[in-house]
Amino acid sequence: MLTPIIVLTSIALFCGACLTLAARSLPADGDAVVSEIDALLPQTQCAQCGYPGCRPYAQAIADGEAAINRCPPGGDATIAALARLLDRDIIALDADLPPPAPPMLALIDEAQCIGCARCLPACPVDAIIGSHQYSHTVVNALCTGCELCIAPCPVDCISMVPDRRQTA
Amino acid sequence: MTTAATEDLYRLPGGIRLPSFKEQSRGRPIVDIPVPPKLIIPLRQHAGEPAKPIVSVGDHVLTGQRIAEASGSFSAPVHASSSGIVTAIEHRPIADRHRQDAVCIEIETDGEDTRLPDLSPITNPFAETQQTLLAAIEAAGIVGLGGAAFPTVAKLRHAIDTSIDTLVLNGVECEPYISCDDALMCASAADILYGARILLTALDLPHCFVGVESDKPEAWEAFRSAAEIDADDRLQMVRIPTVYPSGGEDQLVYLMTGREVPTGGYPSDVGALVHNVGTAAAVANLALTGMPMISRIVTVTGDGVARPGNYRVRFGTPMADVAAAAGGYTESAKRLIMGGPMTGLALTSDALPVTKASNCLLFTGPAIQTSREPERPCIRCGECARICPVRLQPQQLYRAHQFEQGDTLDALGLIDCIECGCCDLVCPSHIPLTHSFRTAKQQRKLEVYERERASRAKERFEQRRARDEQRAQSESENLRALKDKASRDAIAEILARKQPNKSDDD
Repeated sequence: MLTPIIVLTSIALFCGACLTLAARSLPADGDAVVSEIDALLPQTQCAQCGYPGCRPYAQAIADGEAAINRCPPGGDATIAALARLLDRDIIALDADLPPPAPPMLALIDEAQCIGCARCLPACPVDAIIGSHQYSHTVVNALCTGCELCIAPCPVDCISMVPDRRQTA
Repeated sequence: MTTAATEDLYRLPGGIRLPSFKEQSRGRPIVDIPVPPKLIIPLRQHAGEPAKPIVSVGDHVLTGQRIAEASGSFSAPVHASSSGIVTAIEHRPIADRHRQDAVCIEIETDGEDTRLPDLSPITNPFAETQQTLLAAIEAAGIVGLGGAAFPTVAKLRHAIDTSIDTLVLNGVECEPYISCDDALMCASAADILYGARILLTALDLPHCFVGVESDKPEAWEAFRSAAEIDADDRLQMVRIPTVYPSGGEDQLVYLMTGREVPTGGYPSDVGALVHNVGTAAAVANLALTGMPMISRIVTVTGDGVARPGNYRVRFGTPMADVAAAAGGYTESAKRLIMGGPMTGLALTSDALPVTKASNCLLFTGPAIQTSREPERPCIRCGECARICPVRLQPQQLYRAHQFEQGDTLDALGLIDCIECGCCDLVCPSHIPLTHSFRTAKQQRKLEVYERERASRAKERFEQRRARDEQRAQSESENLRALKDKASRDAIAEILARKQPNKSDDD
């Protein structure tokens, strides 16, 4: 009677010790959580949330620094998905942020462009091609409509147009 | 000539026998509709990329003149349907399921209908090379006339690239009310067969099945008495049972050959190429007259028009002009449907132009306006699954759509739905199944598009960040290396140089 109790208890203690040791010595897999959150974000890299891209925002959510309602392009659908993943309440989009808008694309008026190349480093997904002294253009298939290229343009030749291909 | 009896055919799973309502428009000769004062010719009459205009406002154009060229290999050129002055090139509403409007060229006709002088018929198409024939078909703007308006040359090129052994001419026309193919077969069976022989030559194929539905005995007789059918033993007549939707491309191939088109595939995946009889007639017309595609036969029918029948209509003719030429509206005219009652598209205006895809204009009175009973919950009777010609489970698909389960929709084969409308008809709860599948398909497409776009953006963003980090790191390393070097060699050198100067001063 006593032997099995001792044997089972010692096995349990041994396993417990091993697991505790492993959990303390190995690094926590925070990356997996961040990746899961990142997968639910729309990847526009627009930085409207206040972080320099979708993954940094995902990191901030995982670290508990940011709320889940700071993504205007994702809108209610993204908030709902994040709430489901993280087991939190569904909340409305942060009132300080612009409301969700239909998908847009940046369009450079090539006649106006002076080839200053200032919009190139602003694009988070390298969707603008061009070079100094040469007219630039936006590759539609890569543009996420983040509007980050608009501010640096000194001649205001970039405008946002509706992404018509989505409905085609 | 050989003919196959109906009994030799494979059996379609599901399908339904429908009342035909074809008598209204059948049996009268085809009448040419006069050229309207204004033609509105959309540049997007076909599946694929819209054509690019090559004329400008104020230009005088002739009948058959090319006014827009194909953009890329999956497109088709557009020609002036009659002579006149181009008065506008702008976005106009069109009859299309996927879009509200398209760029249209408006022509104010001059009533002369002056033809392009240098039309060149193909005098002996059987001696021409494949490339010549394909180029001629492409330049003539010929697209499939069954309703989907798929560019014919794209279909032919794809067929040449894959191994095709059978050409199928589709003269089934299984949807109620529509009889334009029937009228064409009765009037110009010889032309259709001539076109079929040209296509056989272009593709170098040994067989052509001509499928005619069993409720079209006149068309069958017209083919049998045509001289072509005896002269060429590659042509074989097949009588197709009158079951809806045996005229669907994939369904027809299965009925004739027993080969099932795989998910998301085309008949060419099982060695068959299907063309509508109207398309073959258009090819024959091109060879005989050199005239590109500028008109088609349109069934104008329903209780809403005074003289239902089949009419030859120039592309770009407003539907109101077509109705006027068909005797005008009757008192009971209430709705306008382009296509048939099963797969057609309800239109909101009769000012829209007839295009290459308009096979039928159905002006219905109250008789067809079935009092739409309220939708009730699904009782899981399974009638929709029994009737489905592609063996789907509409009730399961409907559930998955309601709960927005995209992956389940894919697993249940949403993409294989041919939107035939059979399930709607048999559903005792009056659930608009086909409509929800159509919506679901669009949503699914959008979701997949969004997902691809997001993953592309993510990849590029991460690559960019990695590059920035690497650059920052290498810059700081360079700086440190420079500093190290500077501190050791250069400073010593400068100091060494300073030293003698100092001594000079002394």
